[in-house]
Amino acid sequence: MDIFQTVVAKASGITADSALASVFSARADLMELTENSHEASLRPKSPGGLSHAERAGLACRMAKLNNDSALVTHYESLFGDGSQSLADTSFDGGSDARLKAIIRHTDLITTKPKEAAAGDVLALQSVGMNDPDIVRLSQLIAFLSYQIRVVHSLRLMAEVA
Amino acid sequence: MSEILKEFTTVVPFWEPRVKPAVLAEATPEQLEAMRVTVSDTKIGNYTLVLALDPETLQQRTPLFNGIMFHHGGLSRAETEFGAVAASVVNECIYCAAVHANRYNQLTKDESVMDLIFADRKDANLDDRQKSMLNFSTKLSQSPPEADKADVERMVENGLGLDEIFDLTLSTSIFAWANRLMHILGEPHPQP
Repeated sequence: MDIFQTVVAKASGITADSALASVFSARADLMELTENSHEASLRPKSPGGLSHAERAGLACRMAKLNNDSALVTHYESLFGDGSQSLADTSFDGGSDARLKAIIRHTDLITTKPKEAAAGDVLALQSVGMNDPDIVRLSQLIAFLSYQIRVVHSLRLMAEVA
Repeated sequence: MSEILKEFTTVVPFWEPRVKPAVLAEATPEQLEAMRVTVSDTKIGNYTLVLALDPETLQQRTPLFNGIMFHHGGLSRAETEFGAVAASVVNECIYCAAVHANRYNQLTKDESVMDLIFADRKDANLDDRQKSMLNFSTKLSQSPPEADKADVERMVENGLGLDEIFDLTLSTSIFAWANRLMHILGEPHPQP
């Protein structure tokens, strides 16, 4: 894998010519696993009850909630049917109870994870999500939360390098 | 069931899942591979069994997590744990904070740093190097992240190399991830 072609490298602007290239390359194994985690979270072989298009829409929404325009653009490139509405931060799911619960959960855990309580998992179960899909959604939210911060910090480090 | 723990502690709590974990005896080959266990292995924790409900992400996450926390070179093992604790304090993940404060204390044989962070959080009165790290990790853990260039420069001025700052970034960020699993999919209780 060319680590300078990964989502994290491209979103943070790190190239093989960057002053930060050697620091970035020293953790090449971790950047490869980060890219593999992106694939497993966004385009899994077994997506369960959370489609690739829904994942791309939610990922874009989380990038917007964190004001990361480069990642917003990246996730827009993965859009499929239904992604657009999920990525619209003014959309709350409307009359679709399942989408409404997924969006509420995604927004809460992305921005205020410390406020999570037992009722938040129950709310997903009560709209018919099974436990494997609740874990899939949790991993998607958690991966984005990781990726957004790695990209944010690499941009700052590049300014200092 | 006992009360959910709400206060920071260095005593590792019992983690009670809110979803039904995979059953080891019924695990698929993909789940077993992701958990890196054999069916004869009986000491698999509930946390791993919960994450095995989505084996594709677990398969990648486990080596990434271990690689970040147990890397060679760069930031010391103890200061890597420091980043994990700083994120867990922001996100109030009592379980993660306990596990990693405990490891920090074991590695450094000094409980004062974690005591100060648990008491005063971002305002903990640490030495200048650790203050600059706590400031950065705390700001990076906000949503949206609030760390800026000056926060990175402050760490450089206090002797951190960019390689160490990258490692601190990774340990802080992997706990943006871990906290959003542990604190959501289950809850901490006192050990029975």
